[in-house]
Amino acid sequence: MQAAIGHAPHTPAPGDHDYAVTGIDSRKLGMWGFLASECLFFGALISSHLLYRSRAPEGVHIPHDVYDIPYTSVSSFVLLMSSLTMVLALAAIQRNDHRRLRIWLLATAFLGTVFIGGQVYEFTVFTHEGLNLSSSVAASSFFVLTGFHGVHVTVGILWLLSLVGVSLRGKLPAEKHLQVEIAGLYWHFVDVVWILIFTVVYLVPNTH
Amino acid sequence: MAVAVTKAPARPFARPQAAHGFWSWISTVDHKRIGILYGVTAFLFFLVGGVEALLIRGQLAQPNGRVLTAEEYNQLFTMHGTTMVFLVIMPLAAAFGNYFVPILIGARDVAFPRLNAFGYWVFLAGGLLLYTSFLLGGAPNGGWFAYAPQTNPTFSPGHGMDFWLVGLIITGIGSLTAAANFIVTTLNLRAPGMTMMRMPVFVWMNLVVSFLLLFAIPIITVALFELYFDRNFGSNFFNANMGGDPVLWQHLFWLFGHPEVYILILPAMGIVSEVLPVFSRKPLFGYSVVVFSGIAIGFMGWGVWAHHMFAVGLGPVANAAFAASTMFIAVPTGVKIFNWLATTWGGDLRLKTPMLFALGFIGMFTIGGLSGVSHSIVPSDYQQTDTYYIVAHFHYVLFGGAIFGLFSGAYYWAPVVTGKLLDEKLGKLHFWLMMIGFNLAFGPMHILGMQGQPRRTYQYPEGMGWDLWNLVATIGAMTIALSILVFIVNIIKTARSSERAPQDPWDGRTLEWTIPTPPPEYNFADIPVVHGRDDFWHRKYTEDENGRLVRIPAGGSDDGESDEHAHEDHGHGHGHDIHMPSPSYFPALASVGIMLVGYGAIYLKSGAWWLMAIGGVITLAGIFGWGNEELSEEH
Repeated sequence: MQAAIGHAPHTPAPGDHDYAVTGIDSRKLGMWGFLASECLFFGALISSHLLYRSRAPEGVHIPHDVYDIPYTSVSSFVLLMSSLTMVLALAAIQRNDHRRLRIWLLATAFLGTVFIGGQVYEFTVFTHEGLNLSSSVAASSFFVLTGFHGVHVTVGILWLLSLVGVSLRGKLPAEKHLQVEIAGLYWHFVDVVWILIFTVVYLVPNTH
Repeated sequence: MAVAVTKAPARPFARPQAAHGFWSWISTVDHKRIGILYGVTAFLFFLVGGVEALLIRGQLAQPNGRVLTAEEYNQLFTMHGTTMVFLVIMPLAAAFGNYFVPILIGARDVAFPRLNAFGYWVFLAGGLLLYTSFLLGGAPNGGWFAYAPQTNPTFSPGHGMDFWLVGLIITGIGSLTAAANFIVTTLNLRAPGMTMMRMPVFVWMNLVVSFLLLFAIPIITVALFELYFDRNFGSNFFNANMGGDPVLWQHLFWLFGHPEVYILILPAMGIVSEVLPVFSRKPLFGYSVVVFSGIAIGFMGWGVWAHHMFAVGLGPVANAAFAASTMFIAVPTGVKIFNWLATTWGGDLRLKTPMLFALGFIGMFTIGGLSGVSHSIVPSDYQQTDTYYIVAHFHYVLFGGAIFGLFSGAYYWAPVVTGKLLDEKLGKLHFWLMMIGFNLAFGPMHILGMQGQPRRTYQYPEGMGWDLWNLVATIGAMTIALSILVFIVNIIKTARSSERAPQDPWDGRTLEWTIPTPPPEYNFADIPVVHGRDDFWHRKYTEDENGRLVRIPAGGSDDGESDEHAHEDHGHGHGHDIHMPSPSYFPALASVGIMLVGYGAIYLKSGAWWLMAIGGVITLAGIFGWGNEELSEEH
């Protein structure tokens, strides 16, 4: 197994399971396709929010009234850092360094969990301020958009933790580094979407 | 991989090994069997949707019909539309795509066999969930495009619309996985020499459709979730009292809905582009133009959605822009029609059943396309919106177009799937009954629409001048039902017959006719090497100096000989050393979990979170089990 790294790269022939005309592994290409689809998913959610961001009954908060930009900046920074640890995890498995692979995967999952914890706290504070799913269309679209992003991060955390489990059982040898890379693609995508959400939803001022 | 398969890993469930019987179908990951599952399931849904249509036509046969109540009528037209779009035409296209795309590109399977199985089971789960609504307090009743505010809890109480929302979210998961799978399969698994511009047009159209699905499904999923949250958790996306905008629903729905129209028609266009050359004994006229106009339709399909909304009041600028784009998209469509006609021009036409359906497709689709262009003229559309003229139009494109094309494919490819030819006499009877019935049913609706009969009203009074044409339409619908009966008789007769079809019954042009029928699990004992478009044809025929077709004697070509050689040398003839993906229960298990999550979501307000939790655990178990097993194991 360890020697696999030193082997000449395996060139799949037509009919093999890993044959790829484009030269991009099918699993990776499939993940790119899925992420392309996710762009439209978040695109539709963000569009809904942009349409509704300032619509609320008289005297009811819109999300912009209750944002705590410094707080959300910190949790955004935490999420962005998790992309760095994800890259380090991939680099570790490509070097056949399984201990560091697990450390960096756990670090990534931890940073993601901190972000989710921050979001739960933020939602709680907002609810206390009177902003909830039914208080206005602005709030409805805010919670559904950021909530779905949170669900994506949570799925990512579960994915990373199961990779750690697989690695601990010795089932994630270096030649299967693609599995880490694909999880990484997803993770980075979820981060990039958050940059977009943070910019468009939180930072762009409300001209209402 | 070879290391991992030496010892079966310990786990609670043994890897399924059955090659026959019930469990082999539950656990199959073979793209051909999954294609058959899609086809049979979609045909059953077609019968159900057809019965719904007959009930609707029974109600409308005469003024003041009393067959159905208003509420039943609402449920039936909603379920008829939803069924035919999501549970019939889409999965029928997926059936042909699954079965034939890998074979047509010279591959042994799709890129993700288990994901493929998962896509089917999720589609089935969503369809069954949708239909259980009839038993659980009433089916959805808001129409297949579910406009707000009709779908809010005030106007649509009960769980009907929740079943619709959750059911479509679930079938959407299946469409998405199928789309990603087809894209990767088509891009990555082509046999040597099968360049993109040598691919059969059906494969091309399937690829375009997959991209459309990939980008359209997430948009409707968002709309469905937003409406679900409105109905169940008090959000206000489409609640006008709180500043919600019902037109947002229309935009999201039709931004999905118009690409969806091309999702429904392009596979049929692909099938017809395969059938016409074979039965004209000529290559497809203007292959590249047909391919590129298919791609153009795919792109432009994203820029025409608001023509469904002309009467909403978007303003003259928006209406004019969408009117222009709608007229414009008729150009690549028209190009295709002329290419098909030119394919048959001067050809050695053989009017077998598949060809009849293909020619019927061209005629009926052209009528539907022309009435479609008439909608692009905004003032005219104001008159036609929500009348039977619209109903006539989309049945001409979706029934006269998509369904005729799919039946053409069924007759054309039956010998590959079953090894038997469907009966020609019954096939022709089926075609002519369907052709006559179809035009009797939907032709008069143009007139009814022009005379102002609104769609979706369960009764109409006497003396409106609508009686005669409504009766004719009902007779037409019954004629269609009769033609379907003939098709079923044909299937039964063929199944009982022991007569085998010859290897290449239509004198075909593409790779599916080069392999034994029904194909072995691995499709190709040796992966073919492709030398050109219509490769198989050119292995059979050459042209003499006068441009006449001359048959190459069997075994006379170099290819034939080298094929022969390969069989002897490597013993591939029986596929002994070809590793195919092993069957798996996990895709079906995961989709059972998703179905339970769906029921939990529908009844969440009544405290069904536990059902969601159980479903979630089962889904996760399915996914983890799936992730932990090797793709292929020896038994």
